Amino acid sequence: MTVTAPPAAPQETAGRHVGAAVERIEDPRLLVGRGGFIDDLDPIPGALEAAIVRSPHAHARITAFDAARARRAPGVRCVIGPAEVAQMPPFPLTVKTPMPYRPAATDRVRYVGEPVAVVVATSRHLAEDAAELVAVEYEPLTAVVDVRAALHPDAPRLHDEADGNLATDRTMQFGELDGAFANADAVVEGSFSFPRYSSTPIETYGVVAHWEHDGAGDQVTAWCNFHGPFTMQPVIAGALGLAPGQVRLIVPEDIGGSFGIKSGVYAYVALLAIASRHAAAPVRWIEDRIEHLLASSAGNDREMEFAAAVDRDGRVRALRLDLIDNVGAYLRPPEPATLYRCFGNLTGAYAIDAVALRSRAVVTNKAPTGLNRGFGGQQLYFGLERLMDKIAARVGVDPVQLRRRNLIERDAFPYSTPTGGQYDSGDYEAVLDLAVARSGYEELCRRRDEGRRDGRLRGVGIATIVDPSGTNLGYVSIATPPERRVRGREKSGSTEHVRVSVDAGGEVTVILGSTPQGQGHRTVARQVVADRLGIDVEHVHARVEMDTATTPWTVSSGSYSSRFAPLTTSAAIAAADRVAEVLRRAAAVLLECEAGELELAGGQIRVAAEPERAVLFRHAAGLVHWDPGMLDGEALLYADAAYTPPQSRHATTNDEINSSLCYGFVADVVAVEVDPETLEVRVEAVTSVHDCGTVLNPLLVEGQTSGSIAHGLGGATLEELRYGPDGQMVAASFMDYLCPTAAELGFEVAFDHVVTPSPHTPLGAKGAAEGSTMSIPVALANAVSDALAPLGVEIDRLPVHGTVIHELLANRQKGSEWR
Amino acid sequence: MKAAPFRYERPLELVSALTLVRDPEAKALAGGQSLVPVMAMRLARPQVLVDLARIGELEGIERRDGELVTGAMVRQRTLERFAGLEHELPLVAAALPYVGHREVRNRGTVGGSIAHADPSAELALVAATLRARIEARSLERGREISAAEFVRGPFQTALEPGELVTAVRWPTAGPEDRFAFAEVARRHGDFALCGVAVHLRRGQGRVALARVGLLGVAAVPVVHEVAEQLDGAADPAAVAADVAGQLEPAGDMHASAGYRRRLARVLVERCLRQALGGPSGG
Repeated sequence: MTVTAPPAAPQETAGRHVGAAVERIEDPRLLVGRGGFIDDLDPIPGALEAAIVRSPHAHARITAFDAARARRAPGVRCVIGPAEVAQMPPFPLTVKTPMPYRPAATDRVRYVGEPVAVVVATSRHLAEDAAELVAVEYEPLTAVVDVRAALHPDAPRLHDEADGNLATDRTMQFGELDGAFANADAVVEGSFSFPRYSSTPIETYGVVAHWEHDGAGDQVTAWCNFHGPFTMQPVIAGALGLAPGQVRLIVPEDIGGSFGIKSGVYAYVALLAIASRHAAAPVRWIEDRIEHLLASSAGNDREMEFAAAVDRDGRVRALRLDLIDNVGAYLRPPEPATLYRCFGNLTGAYAIDAVALRSRAVVTNKAPTGLNRGFGGQQLYFGLERLMDKIAARVGVDPVQLRRRNLIERDAFPYSTPTGGQYDSGDYEAVLDLAVARSGYEELCRRRDEGRRDGRLRGVGIATIVDPSGTNLGYVSIATPPERRVRGREKSGSTEHVRVSVDAGGEVTVILGSTPQGQGHRTVARQVVADRLGIDVEHVHARVEMDTATTPWTVSSGSYSSRFAPLTTSAAIAAADRVAEVLRRAAAVLLECEAGELELAGGQIRVAAEPERAVLFRHAAGLVHWDPGMLDGEALLYADAAYTPPQSRHATTNDEINSSLCYGFVADVVAVEVDPETLEVRVEAVTSVHDCGTVLNPLLVEGQTSGSIAHGLGGATLEELRYGPDGQMVAASFMDYLCPTAAELGFEVAFDHVVTPSPHTPLGAKGAAEGSTMSIPVALANAVSDALAPLGVEIDRLPVHGTVIHELLANRQKGSEWR
Repeated sequence: MKAAPFRYERPLELVSALTLVRDPEAKALAGGQSLVPVMAMRLARPQVLVDLARIGELEGIERRDGELVTGAMVRQRTLERFAGLEHELPLVAAALPYVGHREVRNRGTVGGSIAHADPSAELALVAATLRARIEARSLERGREISAAEFVRGPFQTALEPGELVTAVRWPTAGPEDRFAFAEVARRHGDFALCGVAVHLRRGQGRVALARVGLLGVAAVPVVHEVAEQLDGAADPAAVAADVAGQLEPAGDMHASAGYRRRLARVLVERCLRQALGGPSGG
């Protein structure tokens, strides 16, 4: 990508550092290969290595299991299989559906790659050698991979305990829907499919598990590249039959990317803990790439039906959505979360007062799904933004114009959505205007029209989406009908913890339990805390460490839903303010004044009204450590703060919930050209304009947006975890699972920002890491549909590439012959 | 993804290598860009791996009469950067950038690629289209095999047990020769969905030679002789349609059979037009 960014605009910020393009402090270490990733760690002596035996069948009964030869193989300590796993309690599920999920198969395998046995040996090579000697006999069963086929009454049933393959099913309605559809000038409908794809972090899953037993009982310690949500910590404990306090998770300082995918590693923590218990030794397992593609995690594939009640002028009055998610073989927690993550922003960027939703999660013989960058938003907006283009075509207006007529107006904020979302701030029209201007939208359209006369297939696509950040975990409750929710056991929350301390020399340490996977949390935390304490960033040392035994944390801790900017920074501010209060007391002693008169600025603590009356920050800190007797009572320079936004409340009995703390906005414009002969799709230019509230560090926002665009285009044009009808995965290596590389990203990119600070966060910041991941796939589909408009085909499923277009054209021609 | 146990040998002399590869459980390692991944996946499990990397006799690029002779262990990147390649072997020069990525070509070898006989391999296609000669040796004898007959099936060659490719003899281009190469892949450096190499020779106002080679559309590289059709003033589009119509490619998740035929038709026409010196087509 060739990037053009706007000239750095001065921002209104609290201090000198926030908003500045500060380079990432994380990079030098990473660039010279000194990162501390899970596979670099040797946290405990004598760890053995594990290899996992996996199912070659999509669906089969295990009729015999014999590990005797494997147990006798060189270097093998133990083999655990169905018998050992069957003794584990199933993982506690998000809903009460009887579809028990354990970290490995017991009597039946339900997807290709499902763990069946763990071989523990002195080296991975020997473990893999022995894994080949584990004899498993299978009686194959018919597999089902398609959700509509799985819903058929005669479909093979995955879980005998359940009535069928429908794991969850909810129907809800908000606003005056029936009237809107009855009085609509037109009802525009569309069926859409979003593919299953991943984020393919470079570092795969890794776990070192150690099960110990002493006089105090059982204790599991697991080092793993898990990044939350730490709701999964009690889930792991549940599967081990332990209390949460008996399970200690330690996360390495560096995680080599995740984008949500590594949240699924928790199931392996439980599996390796059991392996360690049987091996009576710590056990290490580093997932390989094939295991990762087969059986780690992925975003859900979704089938959707959308309908809009539309006025003559293109105003959308009501929406009807029918979503069917393919969650794979188990409803692995936090699924069916994908269906509900965007609950509060179901109506996207538009002033639509009525919406009806049916959401179904269906189990099939594919691998379980989970978090993936743009969680649930990629799928939702693929339907919504394709529908908006269909409405534009029906009404006969330009897609930009159609969106203008429907966007929530700038003076409507804070805006309540029909599903309970509280959009905090925004100026959607300003963002759209800027995207139109920066992309040269009209010129792109003119070139497209001109090229059409010469037989060229150019297209322009747009998407305007709301980018939710800072999950309110309570949204998962929507999967359970209100009458089945237990009063007093409601869930909400976005809380994040941060610790700030100041040493005797005035050096400040910030401890982040935010488990970053490369986002640069340390860099930004330094900027935020330095400003808050009025000192230079050089004096702020940010560390990331997550040890559930010692780091302050809660169930909502972790790195997901772009929560660092809105939540972690807010906790850092709260903690910094607490130590500042103590430092003011110390300075007041030195300056012989009242603490309330003092401010922290320029490395000093000074009387606000007489700035020349000042002491150095470090002298005030020194007094607290060296001469605390001068202070009246407890003086703590260690502050743990939790930030809990009051806007994150549990779901109402009417099924309304504000599912996120902040709602940003993105307008993306994509220009493509399709080769009329080879049908190859080439991206010519991308323009991405964001409103993520206060920009904490423009370099990081730009990096996140670049990555989002690449990830979005990957899913739109290249990547697909495709299964054959027999449930075999046909993209189980990087030969067939195609991630975009530099060569595929050689187009022009323009970034820009509109800033409407969030009133819900102290800095006004919102998340910025996922927006274009949600908008780019559909913007690309809109662009390709536009390019192919003269040929009469539309792109309502992804990925789109040459052969897909070839088949669409071939079927269209056949169709026209039949008519 | 750890290889099954194997013995590793790295002989310094060709004769030692030839002795080692007489073992039917042995496999020659010539760059490892294909073999090592399939060993890691345990899809190949040779008991002995004979690394040819240190055998001087397999190195070097040599000019002989009307030929460029490349030792089997010449790295693809070395050949790509060989001064004058674009004049002497324009088709090889045009095809090499499509072989994997630069990092792959740094390790991958000319002989290794040809002996591996992947149906999508550019070098095997170019060799077949140019009628290059493959030099093979066993302990008992040396022989030459026409590249057009070398690849017998996917990953199957005319090599006999105990034989190694030692060099490839490429006929260099004459003043009347024209070439074109094109391919379509999902991403740059991926295995081509379809690739086309054209070698055309004009003499006394006639098309004396016209070979169209295709990869990715059959189990082996396919070479069509189309000089008669072109000389009979057939339009390149008609020749391309005819060539494509004879193909029966397989379909997979990246390209259906119909799409591969489409690509074959488009690329053959483009390459023919380019080699004929006309506009390069759409």
